[in-house]
Amino acid sequence: MAREDPQLRKYPSGIDPAALGEVERNVPAGEAPPLAPNADLAWIGKSVARINGRAKVTGAARFTVDVKLPGMLHARLARSPYPHARLASLDLSMARLHPGVRAALPINETVGRAVETAAEGKPPSTRRVLYVGDIVAGVAAATPEAAQEALRLVRAEYEPLPFVTDLETARVDGAPQVFDGRVRGGGFTDGMAAAAGIAQRGNVRGPNTSGSRGDAIAGLAQADVVVEGEFRTQVQTHCCLETHAVVADWRADGLTVYMSTQYTAGVRSELAHAFGLPLSAVRVVVDAMGGGFGSKSGAGNYVRAAVALSREARAPVRLVLDRREEHLDSGNRPATVQRLRVGARRDGTLTAIALDTYGTAGVTLGAGVGNFAQSIYDCANFAIAQSDVFINAGPASAMRAPGNVQGAYALEQMIDELAEKLSMDPLALRDRIDPSAVRREERRAGAERFGWSRRRAPGFDSGPVKRGIGMAQSYWGANVHTNASCEVRILRDGSVELLSSVQDIGTGIGTVLAQVVAEELGLRPEEIAIRIGDTDFPAGPPSYGSLTTASITPPARNAAHRALRKLFDAVAPALDAAPESLVARAGRIATADNARSVSFREAAAHLRTESIGAVASRSDDYGGFGRKMGDMASAKSALGGVQFAQVAVDVETGIVRVERIVAAQDCGRPMNPRQIESQVHGGVLMGVSYALYEERILDRHTGHVLNADLEHYKIARSRETPEIEMVLLENYQGTSATDAYGIAEPSNIATAPAIANAVYNAIGVRVHRLPMTPSTILAALGRMPAGSALP
Amino acid sequence: MKRFELISAADVPAAAQARSVTVADAMRTKGGRPATDAVVLKAGGIDLLDLMKEGLLEPGRIVNLRDIPELARISEEPDGTLRIGSMVTLAQLAADPAVRARHAALADAAGRSASPQIRHVATIGGNLLQRPRCWYFRSLHHHCARKGGTTCFAFAGENQHHAIFGHDGCAIVHPSTAATALVAFNASVELFAAKRGTRVVALEKFFLGPSQDLSRENDLKSGEILTAVVLPPARPGMRSAHLRQGELESFDWPIADVAVVIEVEPNGVCRRASVVLGAAAPVPYRAKGAEAALVGKRISEDAARGAAVAAIAGAAPLGKNAYKVPVFEALVRRAILDTARTA
Ligand SMILES: Cc1cc2nc3c(=O)[nH]c(=O)nc-3n(C[C@H](O)[C@H](O)[C@H](O)COP(=O)(O)OP(=O)(O)OC[C@H]3O[C@@H](n4cnc5c(N)ncnc54)[C@H](O)[C@@H]3O)c2cc1C
Ligand code: SF4
Repeated sequence: MAREDPQLRKYPSGIDPAALGEVERNVPAGEAPPLAPNADLAWIGKSVARINGRAKVTGAARFTVDVKLPGMLHARLARSPYPHARLASLDLSMARLHPGVRAALPINETVGRAVETAAEGKPPSTRRVLYVGDIVAGVAAATPEAAQEALRLVRAEYEPLPFVTDLETARVDGAPQVFDGRVRGGGFTDGMAAAAGIAQRGNVRGPNTSGSRGDAIAGLAQADVVVEGEFRTQVQTHCCLETHAVVADWRADGLTVYMSTQYTAGVRSELAHAFGLPLSAVRVVVDAMGGGFGSKSGAGNYVRAAVALSREARAPVRLVLDRREEHLDSGNRPATVQRLRVGARRDGTLTAIALDTYGTAGVTLGAGVGNFAQSIYDCANFAIAQSDVFINAGPASAMRAPGNVQGAYALEQMIDELAEKLSMDPLALRDRIDPSAVRREERRAGAERFGWSRRRAPGFDSGPVKRGIGMAQSYWGANVHTNASCEVRILRDGSVELLSSVQDIGTGIGTVLAQVVAEELGLRPEEIAIRIGDTDFPAGPPSYGSLTTASITPPARNAAHRALRKLFDAVAPALDAAPESLVARAGRIATADNARSVSFREAAAHLRTESIGAVASRSDDYGGFGRKMGDMASAKSALGGVQFAQVAVDVETGIVRVERIVAAQDCGRPMNPRQIESQVHGGVLMGVSYALYEERILDRHTGHVLNADLEHYKIARSRETPEIEMVLLENYQGTSATDAYGIAEPSNIATAPAIANAVYNAIGVRVHRLPMTPSTILAALGRMPAGSALP
Repeated sequence: MKRFELISAADVPAAAQARSVTVADAMRTKGGRPATDAVVLKAGGIDLLDLMKEGLLEPGRIVNLRDIPELARISEEPDGTLRIGSMVTLAQLAADPAVRARHAALADAAGRSASPQIRHVATIGGNLLQRPRCWYFRSLHHHCARKGGTTCFAFAGENQHHAIFGHDGCAIVHPSTAATALVAFNASVELFAAKRGTRVVALEKFFLGPSQDLSRENDLKSGEILTAVVLPPARPGMRSAHLRQGELESFDWPIADVAVVIEVEPNGVCRRASVVLGAAAPVPYRAKGAEAALVGKRISEDAARGAAVAAIAGAAPLGKNAYKVPVFEALVRRAILDTARTA
C-alpha cells in the first residue's frame, strides 16, 4: 500500500444523543475512515448473537478440560499440609514405582509470591513451604487414579515452623515471620507492579505513600465537616467454574500447551523464558473457557509443573486443579482494613481525603486499594499510606478490578455518610465533587430508571423487614494493550477469516470481531471465520484490565480495511473504475454511484493468489494516551459507572436480600449491547456475592482453609439474583478505529458499596465490614446476646 | 477414590445378611487410613460419596438399597399412622398429599432441604443417618474427637456454623432438617436386623448426643437396616409449621430451623406443643421451655414471643455463633404464629 501522510479527520464525539458533536483528530496513515454513530451502522452496536452460543449450549464447545491427546498422562500435585514448614526431605522413589506412573518431579522454584532477597551471610536454606497448598512435587501417570494413588506415595518430611494466618496477629512485633529476608517486589498492586524500596518490618511492608498530593492535614483542618470510618473487607476467591486446567505436550520440535488462559501470548513468552525455548518453539492454544477473573493471566506454577512433567515423561500431560486446589492456590482478592477521613466544605467541596490502609495478599504483595480514592473525585489534598501484611496463606492475584472493588466499598460509603452530614442528596454531592461527565449523565439516567426520588429517610420502615435504596460509583481506567495484532484474509472463494491469538474467555470477543470485519467488508458476521486463541496467529492482547475490546477491535477494523483495499485493486479493472471509488456494501463491491457492481465472491475470484490479507496492530489512541508503560496504556478519560441498589433487611434474622440493581455503564462505543449486558450481569452478581456471602475462612490454629469448596464458600445463586437492569451510554470520543473500551471490571466495582449504602438507608446503621452476613448485621444492630464475642 | 465392589440387595433380609457395618465404624482409621474392607449400605449415596471423595471413607464393598421396592413407599395404616419407607426420597415426601395435608411441617422441612437435584436422590433414611457437616470433621487433616482424636477444633476455632446447645465435647449440629420436624411429630424408626427382626425406637431416643457417644450420631447398630420412619396419626386440632433460614435461599444449609407442632382445643387454647430446633445442637433440640410456655394459652403474638424467649434460654453460644440465638428467637416466634395458617 502506498504510504500516506497522517491526516485530519472528523469523528463523532460526546454522549449520544445528549451531547453528540464532532472532534477533529490527526490520525496515522492506514487507519480505516471514521465510523458513524451506532445508529447508522449495520452490525457494530447491534446485539448479534454469540457465534459460539450454539456450541456452548449443545456441549460441542471444546474447553481445555475436554482436550484429549493420544497417550495423554494425568498429573496431580503434592501440596504442603502445613502452613509453614521446612521441607526436610522429599522422596519420590515409591511414587515412581507405582504402576502407571511415568514421571515424578520435585517442584522447587515457585512464582506468584513475593520474592525474598537472600539474607546476607546465611547459607542457602532448605525449601520452606509457606502455606497449606504450597506445591512440593508433581506426578504424572497413565490414569487419574494411578496419579492420585502415587500422590500418597510421595514421602515428604516436614519440620513445622511457627506460622501466622491472622491479619492482626501478623502485624504485631514478634509474630512468626513469613519471610526471613527483605522482599523485593513481585506481586501486584492495583493491577500494577509493586513498588520497590518500601520499608519492611516483620510481616509488614509499608507504608507506601506514593500517590499522595497536597496537604491532607491542612485540608482536614479547613473542612467544615469531617467524616471518618474504618472498613474491613474479606478474602474472595475466583471460583472459576472451569478450574485452572492445562494439557502440556513437550516434543523434540517444540512445546504445545492447551490452557484455560486469559493471555495466550503472555503464557507463550512466560514458558519460553522459563524453559529456555525460543518463542517460535512454543504454542499456546485455548478454545472455549469457563471463567477467568484475573487468576488465569499467567502460566503460574501448575502449568510449569505440567510442562516439566511432560518433558520428563515424553508424553502429553493433563493437569486440572480440583475444587479445593482452586480455592487454596489459584489466587484471590486480598483482605483489607481501610481507615478513611474525608473533609468537606459546607457546599460539598472536598478539602481532603486521607486513606490509611493495610491488607494481606497472603505470601505476596498486592493488598493496595489507593487507586480509587486517588482518582475518582476532585480533591487537592490526598494522603495515602498503604501496607502489605504477609501471612501464611495462598498468594493473591489480580481479581476483577483489583484494588478498586475494595477501595470503592470504603470510600463510597464515606461519601454517602458525608452527604448525610451535609444534608445533601448523595447524587447532588457527587455532582459537585465528581469531574466526570459520563458519570454525571449516568447518575441522571440511572436515577430516573431506578426511581431514586422514592428514597426515604434511613430506617423508615416499621416492620422487621426494612427496605432501603443506595447508590455508588465506579472508577476504572479505559485500558489498552498496544501489543495487539490480528490478520484479516480474503480468500479467492470469497470467504474471509480473522486470525489472532486473542482469546475469548467467555465475554464474546470473537462475535465482536466478526461484527467489526463484517461492517467493514459489507458482509454478515456469520460469513467471517473467527480463528483466535492460538499463538500461531498474530499476537493478540491479554484479557485482563478490561482492555480486550479496546485493544483488538481497532486493528481488526484496520486489517479488514487494508485487505479490502487490496481486493478493490484486484477488482477495479473489471468494474472499469478507480479502486478508490469502490465501496463494499450488502455483500457487493460497487462503484460509488452504484452503477456497476459485482458480488463479494465474484470480486474475490479476481485475486491473483489464493488469498490476500493484512496484519494490523493497535495504534496509539488518536490524540495520545493518558499514560503508557510498556505495552500497557490508558486512555485520557477513564471509564465511569454508577449503580443503584434496593435491598430488604430482616432486622430479626440479619438477612439482607438485594432486590434490584440498576447499573448505568459506559464503555466508549458499545459494540454489542447484549454481550455488554452479560458482562454487567456477571459484574453485578459477583458484587452481590462479594457484598453478602463470599469469604475464605482460614483456621487460625491450623492454617487450613475450611471452606475450600462450594458448599461452605457461599456464592450468590439463582434465588439470590436480583432484578438487574442496565442503562448503557454511547460515549464517542474519536480515539481509535472503533472507539471501543471495556466493561468487565467497571461493572463489578460499584455494586458492593451501593448495597452497603442501601443497607444503611434501610436500617439506619452503617455496616463497616464485608460480607454482610446475618452475624455482621445483627452485631451492627446491637442484637447479639449480651456478653457474646463479636464475629 | 479406591476401587470398591458395588452390589445390589434384592430385599431387606438380603441387605441385612450383607454384614454391613455403620459408616461411623467404617470411618475409624487404622494407621491413618480408614478400613478398606468394610461393607457399607448405600441409599441415595449423596453423603456416602461425599465421604468417599474426601478420602474419609474407603469401603471395600457397597450394598445398594435402591432396588428394594417396598422401601420406597409411603403407606397408611387403618389408624392413620404413616409408614414412610426409608428409601422414599425427600422430594417424594415433600409432595405426598397425606403428608402435606396432615404433617405440613414435615413436607416443608423435606421440601426445602438442600437443592432440587439432591432432594430427588436423597432418601429419608440416608438423610437421618448422614454424618455431620462440621468442616473439621470433613477434613482429612483434622483428626478431631468425633473421629477418634483428642481435640475438638471447633471450640477455639471457626465455629460460626456450630451448636449453641448441648455441645458437650463436640459442637456439631445435627445435619438433618427433616429430623427437626420428625422429632416434633414424635416419629419413630423401624430397624431390622437379620437374627433379631425389627425393633422400633422413638427418633428422639435414637439420636445420641456427644455425652452419650462421641463417635456416632445415632444408635444404628452394624448390620441393621433402617426400614421405615413411623409417623403417628394426626391428632384433633393439630397444626404444624416449619421454618428455616439459610444464608442463601438456594442450595444451602440452614443456620437455624424450627418445627412447631401444637394441638389446640376447640376454644383455641393450646393443649400440647412441641417446639424443636434444628441446626442448634448435636441432636434435634427440644425446646421444653417453649413448649411449657405455650400449653394452656391461646396462640397469640404475646404467647409466641414468650415461648421464643423461653426457647433460647440456656443457649451457650461459642465464639462465633452468637448470631444464631436471635435468629432462633425470631424463627420460633414466627413458626408458632405460622401454625395458624395450617389450621
Ligand atoms: C450442598 C448440600 C446441601 C444440603 N443441604 C441439606 C439440608 O438443608 N438439609 C438436610 O437435611 N440435608 C442436606 N443435605 C444432605 C443430604 O440431604 C443428605 O446427604 C442426604 O439426604 C443423604 O441421603 P442419601 O439417601 O443420599 O444417603 P446415603 O448417602 O446413601 O447414606 C447416608 C448414610 O446412611 C446410611 N444408610 C442409608 N440408608 C440406610 C438404611 N436404610 N439403613 C441403614 N443405613 C442406611 C448409609 O450407610 C450412609 O451412612 C445437603 C447436602 C448437600 C451436598
Ligand atoms: S465439633 Fe465435633 S466433629 Fe467438629 S471438630 Fe469438634 S469434635 Fe470434631
